[in-house]
Amino acid sequence: MARATFRIWRTSGTEGRFQDYSTEVSEGMVVLDAVHRIQAEQAPDLACRWNCKAGKCGSCSAEINGTPRLMCMTRLNELPMAEPVTVEPMRAFPPIRDLVSDVSWNFRVKPRIAKFAPRTPDAPDGTWRMAQRDIDRVQEFRKCIECFLCQDVCHVLRDHNLHEEFIGPRYLTYAAALEMHPLDTADREGALKKDFGIGYCNITKCCTKVCPERIHITDNAIIPLKERVVDRFYDPVSRLLRMFK
Amino acid sequence: MTTVPVRVVPRGFGQTTRRDAWWAVPAVVFTILSAFVVYATWAAFEGQHYTYGPYLSPFYSPEVFGDSPHAWFGSKPSFVPAWLPFSPALLILPFPGLFRVTCYYYRGAYYKAFWADPPSCAVGEPRKGYRGEHSFPLVLQNIHRYFLFIALGFLLVLAHDVWKAMWFINPVTGQTSFGIGVGTIVLAINVVLLGLYALGCHTLRHVIGGKCDELKSDTRATAYHCVSCLNARHMVWAWCSLVSVAFADIYVRLCATGVWTDWRLL
Repeated sequence: MARATFRIWRTSGTEGRFQDYSTEVSEGMVVLDAVHRIQAEQAPDLACRWNCKAGKCGSCSAEINGTPRLMCMTRLNELPMAEPVTVEPMRAFPPIRDLVSDVSWNFRVKPRIAKFAPRTPDAPDGTWRMAQRDIDRVQEFRKCIECFLCQDVCHVLRDHNLHEEFIGPRYLTYAAALEMHPLDTADREGALKKDFGIGYCNITKCCTKVCPERIHITDNAIIPLKERVVDRFYDPVSRLLRMFK
Repeated sequence: MTTVPVRVVPRGFGQTTRRDAWWAVPAVVFTILSAFVVYATWAAFEGQHYTYGPYLSPFYSPEVFGDSPHAWFGSKPSFVPAWLPFSPALLILPFPGLFRVTCYYYRGAYYKAFWADPPSCAVGEPRKGYRGEHSFPLVLQNIHRYFLFIALGFLLVLAHDVWKAMWFINPVTGQTSFGIGVGTIVLAINVVLLGLYALGCHTLRHVIGGKCDELKSDTRATAYHCVSCLNARHMVWAWCSLVSVAFADIYVRLCATGVWTDWRLL
């Protein structure tokens, strides 16, 4: 078995620092396996959030070699093992301990978005009729596992700390899933502009790059919402046409 | 559960634990865009060698006022003051230029490459304040849709230029005959690439169907599907068309100055 060094963010009181751990690694291992081995052999007090080990629960989000990724989906053979592998918590959220961040802000954002409000049923039996092609557009957004890697990498939250003004890519995607749904009648465009700060997004596409579910967050969710906001609030021709409808 | 808030020191400009060459893509974007802007500005002010036979440089098309046979309304109008720099391209280039400047893809690219906002994903920024496109001046990027419609009109003009580039005048007899030169191919490829770029625009995708929750007609659904297909490669078409439009100008310019010979294929 080969040995590798992992440079893991450890906290002590209110301070944090990187600490190196050398451990044995073998073929097929992922970063989460190595962290668990270090926990078992050297650092039983190392705090780390995890659950499914299959890239579906979104619990083990961290920054591996500086890039937001799921620890359970990052294979060691994808990383340069000659150097220490850095593992640190998501930086856009307050750290709790070691690799665990406090992501509860996300759960407070979600209820602020107007809920799904379907139109009156199409059929007497209380059911609706939808075209598959219309549902296909929003189906992509439902793949989200709420790992919050997109929130973590977004520089509006990460570097500028605008958590009060901007809801982040995860919840813009959630808003898009509702707003673009063929049955939905709720109006979220005003809130997207004023309360959710969609204008803060400057389309760097970092959220799309880190999404483990390969959701095209920027192209298919954020930009379409931006365009709807432009229609509603910035484009005088669209406003004029709306007056005649 | 009680939690002890742990302090994470904000990262400074360029600080990151990323191991890859995160600076490479912004550096390439910076270099290519800077080179293009410098060349296009020089070519626009130069005002000469922009036609060769039936070819017209895309930087100068449509030639509204000018001295070449391609001009729509003759030479420079008399009301334009003599001290004002004039070139047919100066009337044209601002429109496709602003279409690219306000393009969603280029915005993301040049915010990183020129403003370091951020320099790259998960890399520290040089400034603390941030307004994004939420307020002036960057809220003006929302004007993109108007430049899209102008750009679509330009596509038709450039396609007509390709048609005209198939008709060569015999210098001896003065007769016009059909033909295809390398320049014709260059101009045609340029129009195709510009078309793939403009027709994959995010705003066009919105206008053609994205704004509707239900794509009720098959025609609209097909159009939306086609634009979405092009949109998925918008970055590729953005760069290819940028290079092709500059190369088409260089080709016409070098043929006009006698540096290159335009080979007739037909």
